[in-house]
Amino acid sequence: MKRFFYLVLLLGLSLHGHASSLTIEITQGAEGALPIAVVPFAWRGDGAAAPPQDVGEIVAADLRRSGRFKPLANNQMLSRPTRGEEVDFRDWRALNVENLVIGDISPNGPGGYLVKFYLYDVYRGEQVTGYSMPTTATDLRATAHHIADVIYETLTGQPGAFATRIAYVTSTRSGTGKDAKERVELRIADADGYGPQTILSSQDPIMSPAWSPDGRRIAYVSFEKAQPSIWVQEVFTGQREKIASFKGINGAPAWSPDGRFLALTLSKDGNPDIFVMDMARRSLRPLTRHPAIDTEPAWAPDGKSLVFTSDRGGAPQIYRVSANGGEASRVTFEGPYNARASYAPNGRLLTMVTRVDGQYRIATLDLESRGFRVMSTGRLDESPSFAPNGSMIIYATRVNDKGVLAAVSTDGRVQQRLRLQEGDVREPVWSPYLQNERNR
Amino acid sequence: MKSKSSVWLAIAMLASLFAGCSSTGSKDDPGASIEDRGAAGAYTSGASQGGTWSGNPLDNPNSPLYTKTIYFDFDQSTIRSDFIDVLRAHAAYINSNRSATVLIEGHADERGSREYNIGLGERRANAIRNFLEAEGVADTQINTISYGEERPAALGHDEVSLSENRRGVLVY
Repeated sequence: MKRFFYLVLLLGLSLHGHASSLTIEITQGAEGALPIAVVPFAWRGDGAAAPPQDVGEIVAADLRRSGRFKPLANNQMLSRPTRGEEVDFRDWRALNVENLVIGDISPNGPGGYLVKFYLYDVYRGEQVTGYSMPTTATDLRATAHHIADVIYETLTGQPGAFATRIAYVTSTRSGTGKDAKERVELRIADADGYGPQTILSSQDPIMSPAWSPDGRRIAYVSFEKAQPSIWVQEVFTGQREKIASFKGINGAPAWSPDGRFLALTLSKDGNPDIFVMDMARRSLRPLTRHPAIDTEPAWAPDGKSLVFTSDRGGAPQIYRVSANGGEASRVTFEGPYNARASYAPNGRLLTMVTRVDGQYRIATLDLESRGFRVMSTGRLDESPSFAPNGSMIIYATRVNDKGVLAAVSTDGRVQQRLRLQEGDVREPVWSPYLQNERNR
Repeated sequence: MKSKSSVWLAIAMLASLFAGCSSTGSKDDPGASIEDRGAAGAYTSGASQGGTWSGNPLDNPNSPLYTKTIYFDFDQSTIRSDFIDVLRAHAAYINSNRSATVLIEGHADERGSREYNIGLGERRANAIRNFLEAEGVADTQINTISYGEERPAALGHDEVSLSENRRGVLVY
């Protein structure tokens, strides 16, 4: 079968502003990953300058990071076809490669490119899929991530989450004593850590970034002017609005799956309780009423209930409450400390911070089987967040007293670290699928 | 000016009140020495007149008012007995100075989740607020803010650093 699609990319986020980039190291690889080969894409520019990005390399790196694939090193390839008629499947069967990706890039008008790629089943000796994607120099990385998404979905049956982003907070300290300064920044980068851009910079703490379900807005807590307030900022324009600045705590914003409501923590009535704000009317209704600390709400994917952290039982544990309020029921009973839970997209798994032997680690709880699993090995791991396809959990950890981001595959097989060049990195949150990227 | 004279009255009162216990105030508790690092200038610039502090009483290193950081035990928000005298001195100072306002910052160490620690920091700030109010301080003179674990005083990750970060700070 020969399929040939056009995919139009409308990704608008221009990556201005320079910031140090992240590097990724896989600290624990996966056994049983699928052998695949991504041949370097040909440039058909007839002497014109080659594109600024190595598309094939980005695709291979994405697939490797997922833990589901084991891309063949370029120097092990017996041949490097870039057109269908150049493929000799025997070269790949000899290397036990099950799937093969080839492609090329050609000029496509001023500043434009046309990227074509083909995915083959080596043993059946036939093409599985093929796409042609018009793009530009600034969107080449995004195009490569889309190609990885297509390959991932075609071969695993699960949508890829490579063409997504992460938001996170960085802290950079300078000077000592009275000259000590801290610069806190809210940043957004591609899911592979490239292209970080700062969307808010402050001398005061920034906390708890939360993507809106359409990926166009981020809610966060900022302590500017010595008052914690919740803001909602447009990712693309930078425009923002202060939506909660009550006396006391204004924290832990969490969007409902339909984007109409924002759950948040307020202590305006004396102690931290969870409220729900109707974003159209800006009206508030209380969700919990308890003298304990109730915070860190997170919506179930169906929007009908929320989990939250409460120490009403003496120590922080996870509780669940209907979106309409009412009695909360305790969800976690494993260990002395569980906090900051959030749902996997399928609604079956929770990820959270748990305390094990005095160490704070990332855990998952299967709400059906009740299986509780510690997923990380750090001392101060925090802020776990699922990828929108549920395949990975990103979280913050410490390496040599420095805050770095790490990710673990939801099956626990692959661990990786995203290292920033300077400053502490914390509070990663994975974006939803971004608009225009699922319109296939 | 009236407010000025009331300040001086307060100074005189406090000087007599704490003349006997000043040696137990800031020197003995390890917390005060941490504050001293940042405020080392106040030590040398303050001049004493015949044993009487002549500057702002909050800057007098021999006064319990000099201690503005109150430490808490892990996951606790109860006022430790070693800080009761300090907080009583602050309550007396604020009570005798009706124009004074104090901002109480609540802080937590880095362990655990950030938003829960915001709640914990607020609980600590409120514990100090409740203590001051029980000593007669008007709630209009007190503001609180919780920074959770976002503003550590010590940047290390050992137990000493963590204990220095579990604190309430009185900011005048």
